[in-house]
Amino acid sequence: MGVLSEKTVKKIVEVQKKYPTKRSAVLPSLYLAQEDQGYVTKEAMAEIARLLSVPPVQVYESATFYTMYNKKPVGRNHIQVCTNLSCSLLGAEHIVEYISKKIGVKVGGTTQDNRFTLKTVECLGSCGTAPMMQVNDDYHENLTEEKIDKILDSLD
Amino acid sequence: MAEKVLFKNVEDPKQYLIETSLKKGGYETLKKALGMTPDEVIDEVKASGVRGRGGAGFPTGLKWSFIPKFSEKAKYVCCNADEGEPGTFKDRVIIENDPHLLLEGICIAGYAIGATAGYIYIRGEFAFGAKRLEGAIAEAYKKGLLGKDIFGKGFDFDIYVHRGAGAYICGEETALIDSIEGKRGMPRIKPPFPALAGLYDGPTIVNNVETLSAIPYIVRNGGKAFGSIGPEKSPGTKIFNVSGHVEKPGSYELPMGTPLREIIYEHAGGIKGGRKLKAVIPGGASTPVLTPDEIDVHMDFDSVAAIGSMMGSGAIIVMDETACIVKSVLRLAQFFAHESCGKCSPCREGCTWMVDIIKDIEEGRGKEGDVDFLVSVSEGIFGNTFCPLGDGASMMVSGAINKFRDEFEYHIKNKKCMSAS
Repeated sequence: MGVLSEKTVKKIVEVQKKYPTKRSAVLPSLYLAQEDQGYVTKEAMAEIARLLSVPPVQVYESATFYTMYNKKPVGRNHIQVCTNLSCSLLGAEHIVEYISKKIGVKVGGTTQDNRFTLKTVECLGSCGTAPMMQVNDDYHENLTEEKIDKILDSLD
Repeated sequence: MAEKVLFKNVEDPKQYLIETSLKKGGYETLKKALGMTPDEVIDEVKASGVRGRGGAGFPTGLKWSFIPKFSEKAKYVCCNADEGEPGTFKDRVIIENDPHLLLEGICIAGYAIGATAGYIYIRGEFAFGAKRLEGAIAEAYKKGLLGKDIFGKGFDFDIYVHRGAGAYICGEETALIDSIEGKRGMPRIKPPFPALAGLYDGPTIVNNVETLSAIPYIVRNGGKAFGSIGPEKSPGTKIFNVSGHVEKPGSYELPMGTPLREIIYEHAGGIKGGRKLKAVIPGGASTPVLTPDEIDVHMDFDSVAAIGSMMGSGAIIVMDETACIVKSVLRLAQFFAHESCGKCSPCREGCTWMVDIIKDIEEGRGKEGDVDFLVSVSEGIFGNTFCPLGDGASMMVSGAINKFRDEFEYHIKNKKCMSAS
Protein backbone atom coordinates (compact mmCIF):
# COMPACT_ATOMS: atom_id res chain seq x y z
CA MET A 1 0.00 0.00 0.00
CA GLY A 2 1.17 3.48 -0.74
CA VAL A 3 1.40 6.48 1.56
CA LEU A 4 -0.83 8.75 -0.49
CA SER A 5 -4.57 8.95 0.08
CA GLU A 6 -6.93 7.38 -2.41
CA LYS A 7 -8.16 10.84 -3.37
CA THR A 8 -4.64 12.03 -4.17
CA VAL A 9 -3.89 8.91 -6.19
CA LYS A 10 -7.02 9.57 -8.23
CA LYS A 11 -5.96 13.14 -8.84
CA ILE A 12 -2.51 11.99 -9.96
CA VAL A 13 -4.11 9.62 -12.45
CA GLU A 14 -6.39 12.42 -13.62
CA VAL A 15 -3.66 15.07 -14.05
CA GLN A 16 -1.77 12.89 -16.54
CA LYS A 17 -4.50 13.57 -19.10
CA LYS A 18 -3.17 17.11 -19.54
CA TYR A 19 0.02 15.84 -21.10
CA PRO A 20 1.17 13.53 -23.89
CA THR A 21 3.89 12.03 -21.64
CA LYS A 22 3.60 10.63 -18.13
CA ARG A 23 6.77 12.33 -16.98
CA SER A 24 5.14 15.75 -17.48
CA ALA A 25 2.85 14.90 -14.58
CA VAL A 26 5.79 14.79 -12.15
CA LEU A 27 5.51 18.44 -11.06
CA PRO A 28 1.73 18.51 -10.51
CA SER A 29 1.93 15.11 -8.77
CA LEU A 30 4.53 16.43 -6.35
CA TYR A 31 2.19 19.32 -5.49
CA LEU A 32 -0.63 16.86 -4.90
CA ALA A 33 1.58 14.75 -2.63
CA GLN A 34 2.62 17.85 -0.71
CA GLU A 35 -0.99 18.88 -0.27
CA ASP A 36 -1.77 15.40 0.98
CA GLN A 37 1.09 15.03 3.44
CA GLY A 38 2.22 18.57 4.21
CA TYR A 39 5.60 17.89 2.63
CA VAL A 40 7.08 15.55 0.06
CA THR A 41 8.36 12.35 1.61
CA LYS A 42 10.67 9.88 -0.12
CA GLU A 43 7.92 7.29 0.11
CA ALA A 44 5.56 9.64 -1.72
CA MET A 45 8.18 10.23 -4.41
CA ALA A 46 8.49 6.49 -4.91
CA GLU A 47 4.75 6.11 -5.12
CA ILE A 48 4.51 8.91 -7.72
CA ALA A 49 7.18 7.12 -9.76
CA ARG A 50 5.13 3.91 -9.66
CA LEU A 51 1.90 5.70 -10.57
CA LEU A 52 3.53 7.49 -13.52
CA SER A 53 5.67 4.52 -14.56
CA VAL A 54 8.83 6.62 -14.54
CA PRO A 55 12.15 5.78 -12.84
CA PRO A 56 12.17 7.01 -9.21
CA VAL A 57 15.19 9.21 -9.89
CA GLN A 58 13.14 11.31 -12.30
CA VAL A 59 10.76 12.19 -9.51
CA TYR A 60 13.53 12.66 -6.96
CA GLU A 61 15.58 14.98 -9.15
CA SER A 62 12.65 17.30 -9.77
CA ALA A 63 11.50 17.19 -6.16
CA THR A 64 14.96 18.30 -5.03
CA PHE A 65 15.57 20.83 -7.82
CA TYR A 66 12.47 22.95 -7.22
CA THR A 67 12.40 24.93 -3.98
CA MET A 68 8.64 24.92 -3.50
CA TYR A 69 8.55 21.24 -2.69
CA ASN A 70 9.20 20.93 1.03
CA LYS A 71 11.44 17.98 1.67
CA LYS A 72 11.02 18.47 5.43
CA PRO A 73 7.86 19.12 7.43
CA VAL A 74 6.79 22.75 7.78
CA GLY A 75 4.45 24.40 10.26
CA ARG A 76 0.73 24.87 9.61
CA ASN A 77 1.49 28.39 8.50
CA HIS A 78 4.48 28.56 6.22
CA ILE A 79 5.67 32.18 6.29
CA GLN A 80 7.93 33.17 3.40
CA VAL A 81 9.21 36.74 3.43
CA CYS A 82 10.61 38.17 0.20
CA THR A 83 14.01 39.75 0.80
CA ASN A 84 14.97 40.56 -2.77
CA LEU A 85 15.97 44.11 -3.71
CA SER A 86 12.65 45.96 -4.01
CA CYS A 87 11.43 44.52 -0.70
CA SER A 88 14.82 44.98 0.93
CA LEU A 89 14.89 48.69 -0.03
CA LEU A 90 11.60 49.08 1.83
CA GLY A 91 12.59 47.27 5.00
CA ALA A 92 12.25 43.52 4.40
CA GLU A 93 15.08 42.78 6.84
CA HIS A 94 13.21 44.55 9.60
CA ILE A 95 10.08 42.59 8.71
CA VAL A 96 12.00 39.32 9.02
CA GLU A 97 13.48 40.36 12.38
CA TYR A 98 10.10 41.46 13.65
CA ILE A 99 8.38 38.19 12.73
CA SER A 100 11.28 36.16 14.04
CA LYS A 101 11.04 37.88 17.45
CA LYS A 102 7.28 37.70 17.50
CA ILE A 103 7.03 33.98 16.89
CA GLY A 104 10.30 33.14 18.63
CA VAL A 105 12.13 31.22 15.90
CA LYS A 106 15.06 32.01 13.67
CA VAL A 107 14.81 32.02 9.88
CA GLY A 108 14.45 28.42 8.75
CA GLY A 109 12.89 27.33 12.04
CA THR A 110 9.47 26.02 13.06
CA THR A 111 7.72 26.88 16.33
CA GLN A 112 7.39 24.04 18.81
CA ASP A 113 3.62 24.02 18.53
CA ASN A 114 4.09 23.57 14.76
CA ARG A 115 2.07 26.71 14.14
CA PHE A 116 4.67 28.66 12.14
CA THR A 117 7.67 28.08 9.91
CA LEU A 118 9.65 31.19 8.96
CA LYS A 119 11.69 31.40 5.77
CA THR A 120 13.14 34.09 3.56
CA VAL A 121 12.68 33.71 -0.19
CA GLU A 122 13.62 35.29 -3.49
CA CYS A 123 11.41 37.71 -5.44
CA LEU A 124 7.72 36.74 -5.38
CA GLY A 125 6.64 39.16 -8.12
CA SER A 126 4.98 41.61 -5.79
CA CYS A 127 7.55 44.41 -5.86
CA GLY A 128 5.05 47.25 -6.24
CA THR A 129 3.48 46.35 -2.92
CA ALA A 130 6.69 45.77 -0.98
CA PRO A 131 7.49 44.67 1.63
CA MET A 132 5.53 41.48 1.36
CA MET A 133 5.28 37.88 2.49
CA GLN A 134 3.49 34.74 1.49
CA VAL A 135 1.74 32.60 4.11
CA ASN A 136 0.91 29.22 2.60
CA ASP A 137 -0.76 30.20 -0.71
CA ASP A 138 -1.74 33.74 0.24
CA TYR A 139 0.14 36.96 -0.51
CA HIS A 140 0.20 39.70 2.14
CA GLU A 141 1.47 43.00 0.83
CA ASN A 142 2.48 46.51 1.99
CA LEU A 143 3.46 45.04 5.35
CA THR A 144 3.78 47.04 8.55
CA GLU A 145 4.29 45.77 12.12
CA GLU A 146 0.59 46.34 12.86
CA LYS A 147 -0.44 44.46 9.75
CA ILE A 148 1.82 41.54 10.61
CA ASP A 149 0.36 41.38 14.12
CA LYS A 150 -3.14 41.22 12.69
CA ILE A 151 -2.29 38.59 10.09
CA LEU A 152 -0.31 36.28 12.35
CA ASP A 153 -2.78 36.59 15.26
CA SER A 154 -5.62 35.57 12.95
CA LEU A 155 -3.88 32.36 11.86
CA ASP A 156 -4.68 29.06 13.46
CA MET B 1 -2.24 59.38 -24.02
CA ALA B 2 -2.32 56.32 -26.23
CA GLU B 3 -5.15 53.84 -26.04
CA LYS B 4 -4.66 51.04 -23.56
CA VAL B 5 -3.80 47.75 -25.25
CA LEU B 6 -3.43 45.57 -22.16
CA PHE B 7 -4.88 47.30 -19.13
CA LYS B 8 -8.12 48.54 -20.70
CA ASN B 9 -10.27 46.38 -18.46
CA VAL B 10 -8.04 45.33 -15.56
CA GLU B 11 -9.71 47.68 -13.12
CA ASP B 12 -13.13 46.09 -13.56
CA PRO B 13 -13.40 43.69 -10.60
CA LYS B 14 -15.61 41.34 -12.66
CA GLN B 15 -13.48 41.33 -15.80
CA TYR B 16 -12.11 37.90 -14.91
CA LEU B 17 -15.55 36.41 -15.55
CA ILE B 18 -16.25 35.33 -19.11
CA GLU B 19 -19.65 37.04 -19.20
CA THR B 20 -18.03 40.42 -18.53
CA SER B 21 -15.27 39.72 -21.00
CA LEU B 22 -17.74 38.69 -23.74
CA LYS B 23 -19.84 41.82 -23.19
CA LYS B 24 -16.74 43.91 -23.86
CA GLY B 25 -15.84 42.08 -27.05
CA GLY B 26 -13.75 39.28 -25.59
CA TYR B 27 -13.05 36.45 -28.08
CA GLU B 28 -14.47 38.47 -30.99
CA THR B 29 -10.96 38.88 -32.33
CA LEU B 30 -10.44 35.12 -32.13
CA LYS B 31 -13.50 34.75 -34.33
CA LYS B 32 -12.05 37.32 -36.72
CA ALA B 33 -8.68 35.52 -36.75
CA LEU B 34 -10.33 32.18 -37.55
CA GLY B 35 -11.80 33.85 -40.62
CA MET B 36 -8.32 34.81 -41.82
CA THR B 37 -5.61 32.46 -43.03
CA PRO B 38 -2.87 31.64 -40.53
CA ASP B 39 -0.40 33.51 -42.75
CA GLU B 40 -2.58 36.60 -42.71
CA VAL B 41 -2.56 36.52 -38.90
CA ILE B 42 1.23 36.16 -38.82
CA ASP B 43 1.56 39.01 -41.34
CA GLU B 44 -0.53 41.27 -39.12
CA VAL B 45 1.66 40.44 -36.12
CA LYS B 46 4.76 41.09 -38.24
CA ALA B 47 3.31 44.40 -39.45
CA SER B 48 2.70 45.48 -35.85
CA GLY B 49 6.41 45.26 -35.13
CA VAL B 50 5.66 43.89 -31.64
CA ARG B 51 8.78 42.64 -29.88
CA GLY B 52 8.87 40.07 -27.06
CA ARG B 53 7.89 41.58 -23.73
CA GLY B 54 9.75 39.04 -21.61
CA GLY B 55 12.91 41.09 -21.93
CA ALA B 56 14.80 39.99 -25.01
CA GLY B 57 12.72 42.05 -27.46
CA PHE B 58 12.78 39.52 -30.30
CA PRO B 59 10.23 40.33 -33.05
CA THR B 60 7.19 38.17 -32.31
CA GLY B 61 5.92 37.83 -35.89
CA LEU B 62 9.32 36.66 -37.04
CA LYS B 63 9.44 34.09 -34.21
CA TRP B 64 6.07 32.72 -35.33
CA SER B 65 7.16 32.57 -38.94
CA PHE B 66 10.04 30.21 -38.01
CA ILE B 67 7.50 27.49 -37.22
CA PRO B 68 7.48 24.99 -40.08
CA LYS B 69 4.18 24.83 -41.93
CA PHE B 70 4.18 21.05 -42.05
CA SER B 71 5.27 18.99 -39.12
CA GLU B 72 4.74 15.35 -38.26
CA LYS B 73 4.92 16.27 -34.61
CA ALA B 74 2.29 18.31 -32.80
CA LYS B 75 3.03 22.03 -32.49
CA TYR B 76 2.65 23.97 -29.26
CA VAL B 77 2.26 27.45 -27.85
CA CYS B 78 3.92 27.97 -24.49
CA CYS B 79 2.93 31.04 -22.57
CA ASN B 80 5.71 32.21 -20.30
CA ALA B 81 4.04 33.32 -17.07
CA ASP B 82 7.06 32.55 -14.94
CA GLU B 83 7.49 36.26 -14.11
CA GLY B 84 10.60 35.84 -11.98
CA GLU B 85 12.84 38.76 -12.90
CA PRO B 86 13.16 40.74 -9.65
CA GLY B 87 11.23 43.97 -9.98
CA THR B 88 8.67 42.50 -12.40
CA PHE B 89 5.01 42.13 -11.47
CA LYS B 90 3.16 42.99 -14.68
CA ASP B 91 1.94 39.64 -16.01
CA ARG B 92 0.26 38.96 -12.71
CA VAL B 93 -2.01 41.99 -13.24
CA ILE B 94 -3.29 40.56 -16.53
CA ILE B 95 -3.53 36.97 -15.27
CA GLU B 96 -5.51 37.89 -12.17
CA ASN B 97 -7.74 40.58 -13.67
CA ASP B 98 -8.21 39.81 -17.35
CA PRO B 99 -7.32 36.15 -17.91
CA HIS B 100 -9.59 35.87 -20.97
CA LEU B 101 -7.51 38.48 -22.80
CA LEU B 102 -4.51 36.19 -22.41
CA LEU B 103 -6.45 33.05 -23.37
CA GLU B 104 -7.70 34.77 -26.51
CA GLY B 105 -4.13 35.77 -27.41
CA ILE B 106 -2.89 32.21 -26.90
CA CYS B 107 -5.70 30.80 -29.07
CA ILE B 108 -4.91 33.22 -31.88
CA ALA B 109 -1.21 32.33 -31.66
CA GLY B 110 -2.14 28.64 -31.73
CA TYR B 111 -4.22 29.12 -34.86
CA ALA B 112 -1.50 31.16 -36.56
CA ILE B 113 1.17 28.48 -36.12
CA GLY B 114 -1.11 25.47 -36.44
CA ALA B 115 -0.73 24.30 -32.85
CA THR B 116 -2.98 21.79 -31.14
CA ALA B 117 -2.47 22.96 -27.58
CA GLY B 118 -1.11 25.72 -25.41
CA TYR B 119 0.54 25.42 -22.02
CA ILE B 120 0.61 28.35 -19.65
CA TYR B 121 3.72 27.98 -17.52
CA ILE B 122 2.92 29.97 -14.40
CA ARG B 123 5.34 30.37 -11.52
CA GLY B 124 4.35 28.19 -8.58
CA GLU B 125 3.99 31.08 -6.15
CA PHE B 126 1.14 32.55 -8.21
CA ALA B 127 -1.35 30.09 -6.75
CA PHE B 128 -4.16 32.62 -6.99
CA GLY B 129 -3.28 33.43 -10.60
CA ALA B 130 -3.23 29.73 -11.48
CA LYS B 131 -6.71 29.32 -9.97
CA ARG B 132 -7.96 32.34 -11.91
CA LEU B 133 -6.62 30.86 -15.14
CA GLU B 134 -8.07 27.41 -14.44
CA GLY B 135 -11.43 29.04 -13.79
CA ALA B 136 -11.25 31.11 -16.97
CA ILE B 137 -10.25 28.06 -19.04
CA ALA B 138 -13.18 26.05 -17.67
CA GLU B 139 -15.54 28.91 -18.58
CA ALA B 140 -14.11 29.11 -22.10
CA TYR B 141 -14.61 25.36 -22.65
CA LYS B 142 -18.22 25.67 -21.51
CA LYS B 143 -18.83 28.39 -24.08
CA GLY B 144 -17.13 26.37 -26.81
CA LEU B 145 -14.31 28.92 -27.09
CA LEU B 146 -11.77 26.20 -26.36
CA GLY B 147 -11.84 22.57 -27.36
CA LYS B 148 -13.20 21.18 -30.61
CA ASP B 149 -14.27 23.14 -33.67
CA ILE B 150 -14.07 26.63 -32.17
CA PHE B 151 -16.62 29.03 -33.73
CA GLY B 152 -17.50 26.22 -36.13
CA LYS B 153 -14.31 26.95 -38.08
CA GLY B 154 -12.78 23.52 -37.68
CA PHE B 155 -10.05 24.71 -35.33
CA ASP B 156 -9.40 22.50 -32.27
CA PHE B 157 -7.34 23.92 -29.46
CA ASP B 158 -6.75 23.13 -25.79
CA ILE B 159 -5.11 25.22 -23.10
CA TYR B 160 -3.59 23.81 -19.91
CA VAL B 161 -2.05 25.46 -16.88
CA HIS B 162 1.28 24.08 -15.71
CA ARG B 163 2.61 25.38 -12.40
CA GLY B 164 6.31 25.87 -11.87
CA ALA B 165 7.72 25.26 -8.43
CA GLY B 166 10.13 28.03 -7.53
CA ALA B 167 12.95 28.22 -10.08
CA TYR B 168 13.82 31.53 -11.76
CA ILE B 169 15.69 29.67 -14.48
CA CYS B 170 12.40 28.33 -15.85
CA GLY B 171 11.74 31.76 -17.33
CA GLU B 172 14.37 30.82 -19.92
CA GLU B 173 12.42 29.27 -22.78
CA THR B 174 14.18 25.92 -23.08
CA ALA B 175 14.30 25.44 -19.28
CA LEU B 176 10.59 26.24 -19.28
CA ILE B 177 10.01 23.51 -21.85
CA ASP B 178 12.00 21.00 -19.80
CA SER B 179 9.97 21.94 -16.76
CA ILE B 180 6.68 21.25 -18.56
CA GLU B 181 8.16 17.89 -19.53
CA GLY B 182 8.57 17.19 -15.80
CA LYS B 183 12.33 17.60 -15.71
CA ARG B 184 14.65 19.89 -13.80
CA GLY B 185 14.52 23.26 -15.54
CA MET B 186 17.87 23.48 -17.23
CA PRO B 187 18.50 25.43 -20.43
CA ARG B 188 19.13 23.35 -23.51
CA ILE B 189 21.91 24.06 -25.90
CA LYS B 190 20.67 25.82 -29.05
CA PRO B 191 20.28 24.96 -31.88
CA PRO B 192 17.86 23.37 -32.30
CA PHE B 193 15.66 26.30 -31.38
CA PRO B 194 12.19 25.60 -29.95
CA ALA B 195 10.63 26.69 -33.27
CA LEU B 196 11.98 23.46 -34.74
CA ALA B 197 12.24 21.13 -31.75
CA GLY B 198 10.66 22.45 -28.58
CA LEU B 199 8.03 20.94 -26.31
CA TYR B 200 7.86 17.15 -26.78
CA ASP B 201 10.24 17.77 -29.69
CA GLY B 202 7.50 19.53 -31.64
CA PRO B 203 7.74 23.01 -33.17
CA THR B 204 7.02 25.41 -30.33
CA ILE B 205 6.73 29.12 -29.71
CA VAL B 206 7.35 30.51 -26.25
CA ASN B 207 5.91 33.98 -25.69
CA ASN B 208 5.52 36.15 -22.63
CA VAL B 209 2.07 36.90 -21.12
CA GLU B 210 2.30 40.58 -22.06
CA THR B 211 3.21 39.75 -25.67
CA LEU B 212 0.35 37.27 -26.12
CA SER B 213 -2.10 39.65 -24.44
CA ALA B 214 -1.28 42.30 -27.06
CA ILE B 215 -2.23 39.95 -29.91
CA PRO B 216 -6.02 40.49 -29.73
CA TYR B 217 -5.49 44.27 -30.10
CA ILE B 218 -3.14 43.75 -33.03
CA VAL B 219 -5.42 41.38 -34.91
CA ARG B 220 -8.54 43.44 -34.13
CA ASN B 221 -7.14 46.86 -35.08
CA GLY B 222 -4.46 45.81 -37.53
CA GLY B 223 -0.72 45.71 -37.08
CA LYS B 224 -0.45 49.31 -38.22
CA ALA B 225 -2.55 50.62 -35.34
CA PHE B 226 -0.23 48.97 -32.81
CA GLY B 227 2.84 49.98 -34.79
CA SER B 228 1.80 53.62 -34.72
CA ILE B 229 2.15 53.76 -30.93
CA GLY B 230 5.65 54.60 -29.69
CA PRO B 231 8.92 54.44 -31.62
CA GLU B 232 9.01 52.79 -35.03
CA LYS B 233 11.44 50.03 -34.07
CA SER B 234 10.02 49.37 -30.60
CA PRO B 235 6.33 49.97 -31.08
CA GLY B 236 3.29 49.54 -28.90
CA THR B 237 2.52 50.17 -25.30
CA LYS B 238 4.55 48.61 -22.51
CA ILE B 239 3.77 47.86 -18.92
CA PHE B 240 6.37 49.48 -16.69
CA ASN B 241 6.70 48.22 -13.15
CA VAL B 242 8.08 50.78 -10.75
CA SER B 243 9.27 49.66 -7.33
CA GLY B 244 11.67 50.74 -4.60
CA HIS B 245 11.98 54.30 -3.32
CA VAL B 246 9.09 56.00 -5.11
CA GLU B 247 5.88 57.54 -3.79
CA LYS B 248 3.55 55.50 -5.99
CA PRO B 249 5.03 52.15 -6.93
CA GLY B 250 2.94 50.14 -9.37
CA SER B 251 2.24 48.95 -12.91
CA TYR B 252 1.83 51.61 -15.58
CA GLU B 253 0.90 50.91 -19.18
CA LEU B 254 2.48 53.66 -21.28
CA PRO B 255 3.64 54.11 -24.85
CA MET B 256 6.97 52.48 -25.48
CA GLY B 257 9.63 55.18 -25.47
CA THR B 258 8.21 57.16 -22.54
CA PRO B 259 11.15 58.92 -20.85
CA LEU B 260 12.34 57.20 -17.67
CA ARG B 261 12.23 60.55 -15.88
CA GLU B 262 8.53 60.94 -16.69
CA ILE B 263 7.78 57.41 -15.47
CA ILE B 264 9.55 57.97 -12.15
CA TYR B 265 8.56 61.55 -11.43
CA GLU B 266 5.09 61.81 -12.97
CA HIS B 267 3.54 58.36 -13.00
CA ALA B 268 5.24 56.94 -9.92
CA GLY B 269 5.00 60.21 -8.01
CA GLY B 270 8.72 60.92 -7.62
CA ILE B 271 11.24 59.84 -5.01
CA LYS B 272 9.89 58.78 -1.63
CA GLY B 273 9.94 61.54 0.96
CA GLY B 274 11.37 64.00 -1.57
CA ARG B 275 14.82 62.46 -1.15
CA LYS B 276 17.53 62.51 -3.81
CA LEU B 277 17.70 59.89 -6.54
CA LYS B 278 20.85 57.78 -6.52
CA ALA B 279 20.42 54.96 -9.01
CA VAL B 280 17.82 53.26 -11.22
CA ILE B 281 17.76 49.71 -12.50
CA PRO B 282 15.80 50.12 -15.74
CA GLY B 283 14.66 46.64 -16.72
CA GLY B 284 14.90 44.10 -13.93
CA ALA B 285 17.74 42.68 -11.86
CA SER B 286 19.81 41.58 -14.86
CA THR B 287 20.10 45.04 -16.41
CA PRO B 288 22.98 47.45 -15.72
CA VAL B 289 22.14 50.27 -13.31
CA LEU B 290 21.71 53.89 -14.48
CA THR B 291 22.73 57.10 -12.71
CA PRO B 292 20.46 60.15 -12.21
CA ASP B 293 22.02 61.95 -15.18
CA GLU B 294 20.90 59.14 -17.48
CA ILE B 295 17.18 59.12 -16.72
CA ASP B 296 16.19 61.18 -19.73
CA VAL B 297 16.56 57.98 -21.71
CA HIS B 298 13.46 56.85 -23.59
CA MET B 299 12.22 53.51 -22.37
CA ASP B 300 12.30 51.30 -25.44
CA PHE B 301 14.55 48.40 -26.42
CA ASP B 302 16.92 50.38 -28.63
CA SER B 303 17.23 53.62 -26.66
CA VAL B 304 18.15 51.88 -23.41
CA ALA B 305 20.57 49.58 -25.25
CA ALA B 306 22.20 52.66 -26.78
CA ILE B 307 23.28 53.85 -23.33
CA GLY B 308 24.67 50.45 -22.36
CA SER B 309 21.80 48.92 -20.44
CA MET B 310 18.57 47.10 -21.31
CA MET B 311 14.87 47.80 -21.09
CA GLY B 312 14.41 44.13 -20.23
CA SER B 313 10.99 43.42 -18.78
CA GLY B 314 10.38 47.09 -17.98
CA ALA B 315 10.97 46.55 -14.26
CA ILE B 316 12.26 49.85 -12.90
CA ILE B 317 13.82 49.64 -9.44
CA VAL B 318 14.48 53.06 -7.95
CA MET B 319 17.10 53.68 -5.27
CA ASP B 320 17.40 56.95 -3.39
CA GLU B 321 20.39 58.43 -1.58
CA THR B 322 19.89 56.20 1.47
CA ALA B 323 20.47 53.00 -0.53
CA CYS B 324 23.84 51.29 -0.38
CA ILE B 325 24.95 50.19 -3.82
CA VAL B 326 27.28 47.49 -2.50
CA LYS B 327 24.55 45.99 -0.34
CA SER B 328 22.05 46.14 -3.22
CA VAL B 329 24.49 44.48 -5.60
CA LEU B 330 25.21 41.81 -2.99
CA ARG B 331 21.51 41.11 -2.62
CA LEU B 332 21.08 40.66 -6.37
CA ALA B 333 24.27 38.62 -6.70
CA GLN B 334 22.94 36.29 -3.99
CA PHE B 335 19.76 35.94 -6.01
CA PHE B 336 21.64 34.87 -9.14
CA ALA B 337 23.86 32.46 -7.20
CA HIS B 338 20.76 30.91 -5.62
CA GLU B 339 18.95 30.61 -8.94
CA SER B 340 21.82 29.36 -11.09
CA CYS B 341 20.69 25.92 -12.24
CA GLY B 342 24.21 24.51 -11.98
CA LYS B 343 24.43 23.18 -15.50
CA CYS B 344 27.44 25.21 -16.62
CA SER B 345 30.42 26.11 -14.48
CA PRO B 346 31.01 29.79 -15.38
CA CYS B 347 27.58 30.64 -13.97
CA ARG B 348 27.47 28.09 -11.14
CA GLU B 349 30.95 28.85 -9.80
CA GLY B 350 31.20 32.46 -10.97
CA CYS B 351 28.00 33.66 -9.31
CA THR B 352 29.10 32.15 -6.00
CA TRP B 353 32.54 33.73 -6.31
CA MET B 354 30.98 37.11 -6.96
CA VAL B 355 28.82 36.77 -3.84
CA ASP B 356 31.88 35.87 -1.73
CA ILE B 357 33.87 38.89 -2.94
CA ILE B 358 30.99 41.37 -2.62
CA LYS B 359 30.13 39.99 0.81
CA ASP B 360 33.68 40.60 1.99
CA ILE B 361 33.54 44.16 0.68
CA GLU B 362 30.11 44.80 2.21
CA GLU B 363 31.05 43.36 5.60
CA GLY B 364 34.33 45.27 5.94
CA ARG B 365 36.75 42.50 4.97
CA GLY B 366 37.48 43.91 1.52
CA LYS B 367 41.08 44.16 0.34
CA GLU B 368 42.74 46.38 -2.20
CA GLY B 369 42.38 44.78 -5.62
CA ASP B 370 39.06 43.12 -4.77
CA VAL B 371 37.13 45.29 -7.21
CA ASP B 372 39.41 44.32 -10.09
CA PHE B 373 39.14 40.69 -9.01
CA LEU B 374 35.35 41.00 -9.04
CA VAL B 375 35.45 42.50 -12.53
CA SER B 376 37.62 39.61 -13.75
CA VAL B 377 35.20 37.01 -12.37
CA SER B 378 32.27 38.86 -13.91
CA GLU B 379 34.03 39.00 -17.29
CA GLY B 380 34.74 35.28 -17.01
CA ILE B 381 31.01 34.56 -16.84
CA PHE B 382 29.80 36.86 -19.61
CA GLY B 383 29.28 35.14 -22.94
CA ASN B 384 30.45 31.79 -21.61
CA THR B 385 27.19 30.27 -20.44
CA PHE B 386 24.36 28.19 -21.94
CA CYS B 387 21.74 30.81 -21.16
CA PRO B 388 21.41 34.49 -20.25
CA LEU B 389 21.22 33.94 -16.46
CA GLY B 390 24.98 34.20 -16.09
CA ASP B 391 25.14 37.12 -18.50
CA GLY B 392 22.52 38.91 -16.43
CA ALA B 393 24.46 38.40 -13.20
CA SER B 394 27.63 39.58 -14.88
CA MET B 395 26.04 42.66 -16.48
CA MET B 396 24.45 43.64 -13.18
CA VAL B 397 27.77 43.45 -11.28
CA SER B 398 29.96 44.99 -13.99
CA GLY B 399 27.39 47.73 -14.58
CA ALA B 400 27.32 48.69 -10.91
CA ILE B 401 31.12 48.82 -10.75
CA ASN B 402 31.25 50.97 -13.89
CA LYS B 403 28.91 53.51 -12.41
CA PHE B 404 29.61 53.29 -8.70
CA ARG B 405 33.18 52.07 -8.35
CA ASP B 406 33.82 54.78 -5.75
CA GLU B 407 31.26 53.19 -3.41
CA PHE B 408 32.99 49.82 -3.60
CA GLU B 409 36.39 51.43 -2.97
CA TYR B 410 34.98 53.48 -0.08
CA HIS B 411 33.68 50.28 1.54
CA ILE B 412 37.11 48.67 1.23
CA LYS B 413 38.99 51.67 2.63
CA ASN B 414 36.61 52.73 5.36
CA LYS B 415 34.98 49.40 6.24
CA LYS B 416 31.60 51.08 6.05
CA CYS B 417 29.07 52.45 3.66
CA MET B 418 29.13 55.90 2.06
CA SER B 419 25.42 56.35 2.56
CA ALA B 420 25.54 55.41 6.26
CA SER B 421 27.30 58.60 7.34
